[in-house]
Amino acid sequence: MELETKIYERGNSLSISKLIKSSLGDLYGSRFLARQLATRDIKSQYRQSLLGIVWAFIAPLSTAFVWIFLSSSGTVDLEDTGVPYPLYVFCGTLLWSTLLDSINMPLSNTNGAKGILSKINIPKEAIILSGLYKMLFNSSFKFILIVFFLFFYEVVPSWSLLLFPCTFLILIISGVSLGLLITPLGMLYTDVATFISYGLRFIMYVTPVVYVIPESGILKTIMEINPLTPLILVNRNVLLGLDFQFLTYFGILALVMIPVFLIALVIYRVSIPVIIERFSA
Amino acid sequence: MDREVLVKVEGLSKKFSKSLKKSLKYGVYDLLGNLRGKKSSDELRPDEFYALQDINFEVRRGECLGLIGHNGAGKSTLLKILNGLINPDHGKVTMRGRVGALIELGAGFNPIMTGRENIYNNGAVLGFSKEEIDRKVESIIDFAEIREFIDMPVQNYSSGMKVRLGFSVAAQMEPDILLIDEVLAVGDLGFVLKCFKQIDTILPNTALVFVSHSMPMVSRIATQILMLDSGKTKFIGSQVSQGIDLYYERFQTGNESNIVFDDGQIALDSVTLLNVENSLTDLPKLNWNSDFIIKIKFNTSSDNINFQFTLIISDKEQRPVASFLRNSSTQQLLIKKNKLELTLRHKNLQLSKGIYSISIAVRDIKTKQPIYRSNSCFNFQIINTDQVWEPMLLNAEYIVDNSSTI
Repeated sequence: MELETKIYERGNSLSISKLIKSSLGDLYGSRFLARQLATRDIKSQYRQSLLGIVWAFIAPLSTAFVWIFLSSSGTVDLEDTGVPYPLYVFCGTLLWSTLLDSINMPLSNTNGAKGILSKINIPKEAIILSGLYKMLFNSSFKFILIVFFLFFYEVVPSWSLLLFPCTFLILIISGVSLGLLITPLGMLYTDVATFISYGLRFIMYVTPVVYVIPESGILKTIMEINPLTPLILVNRNVLLGLDFQFLTYFGILALVMIPVFLIALVIYRVSIPVIIERFSA
Repeated sequence: MDREVLVKVEGLSKKFSKSLKKSLKYGVYDLLGNLRGKKSSDELRPDEFYALQDINFEVRRGECLGLIGHNGAGKSTLLKILNGLINPDHGKVTMRGRVGALIELGAGFNPIMTGRENIYNNGAVLGFSKEEIDRKVESIIDFAEIREFIDMPVQNYSSGMKVRLGFSVAAQMEPDILLIDEVLAVGDLGFVLKCFKQIDTILPNTALVFVSHSMPMVSRIATQILMLDSGKTKFIGSQVSQGIDLYYERFQTGNESNIVFDDGQIALDSVTLLNVENSLTDLPKLNWNSDFIIKIKFNTSSDNINFQFTLIISDKEQRPVASFLRNSSTQQLLIKKNKLELTLRHKNLQLSKGIYSISIAVRDIKTKQPIYRSNSCFNFQIINTDQVWEPMLLNAEYIVDNSSTI
């Protein structure tokens, strides 16, 4: 039997295509490890918690309730959304929380695995894949919740719901790519994670999460440029069976995000060992 | 017949930087340099040092390389490079076959999950597939001897149980190359012996790289020795005992004597060991089972010569091993012009191979009041071919007892 041979030397011919290939190979090869890590984290998280998965919804639902209250009490006057407002807000905040999770996931997961990474040679991609598994697990509950709201508000799901897995995947990939790109810096400076979480809180209000794009004004311009707008809008419209908006923008985004994701993976693969080496040496 | 070379290290060097910021900066430069296909330079940049420099060796299947050296010598760095965690700056490392690393036991353990669940976590981290773990889970539990507690959360385990479970998972790997870093130091003796037995079973099919500070362990399994000293090769070869002697010798430098009690009557001047082997270093070397003759000179200002001397031998871990009979009278003491000389002989000293130190205590022969004590004031080395765990290797004759009735 031919033995697998590994050669470690100073790489001086790192080609992008080779890196992408080995990165995707490791992503595929580490399925079992990733699943094991994900089940470990999910089980241990919920074994010590009474409410368990409910915590995943508390933040988005509380934001939603605030806005439902503001709107129904007449404190803020919001434009018509085309569906019952609570449904619109619930979808918006749940999708937004998934986007937040996918941006934060690479950094938080890599930090969590620092101990293992510095001692044992595991494929770095397993960390990302296990994070994706965890997100899909949480998202499935969010999806069930949304379906429940659809029935509750007697909105008949349209055929466009079938497109949801595809558009949702693009939402996650976009978030994860962004997260992957900030991870190397975020490993070095804890400020990065804090900055991102504060920054995104503001960005939520220039993204049509809890209200629709206004007819005119500066906010309209910003929202139309904001690349997060199509991610949230298209996903929500697919869920609620509303008219498609920003479809071209979304299409371009989807096309751009696939190469960006691959490059982000490569940057992650190459930079993490360098950082880990510095921390553990 | 020579078996295939599984680990091959050629001209390996690794630079580290003392400051984290510079280290990261250099890391980024090197990375960009790599991407542009630039060759790395040999020069050290400010704040850099060689953690490893020009290391060469190879390990074949069935061989065990004992990697020894003092703290900071670069052993762990070398293991990390072999394991692919750190990329070398120069040179080339070729690893053929599946690599198993006993570096961190129980990696991936989650304290609130049960032992059984953690076998899967740890196994996955170590690179097993699900089917492999399914197949081996029972033998892992048996090896760890914790069947009774296997469905209990690991946080309730004793530290020894955790180590046993971690080793058991790792020991079930059937690697072509196995890297072991100091992990056997924990656990009780029974389990350590069991681990050795397991290592013995896998060794014929494995190239083993073994890091330890325990020389008896190293001499037990190593077939060749690589001794590192500040990142450089100090010794490499298959003369295991020679390498171990060198390790002990290196241990001595900087081991200063300390006077723990002194009432001013007497002070140590010099200690000489007679009957020693020729040696290139300062450390006197004595063959096993040869006569131990030691000459000790003191300075004394006192007219009172009612001294009684105790000489204590300690091993390199400062555990007392033996003491010599005290002088019963002061007649054998030679006193001239404030100098006092004492010569002690012990026939056929049968200490086992290793480094020992002498502590000297002086007391009043009548009142037994302490006068002076100096700990580890003199070191010497016993040379022998056999390495044993125990501090004494007693001469033995095997005879036929004709009166026996069995």
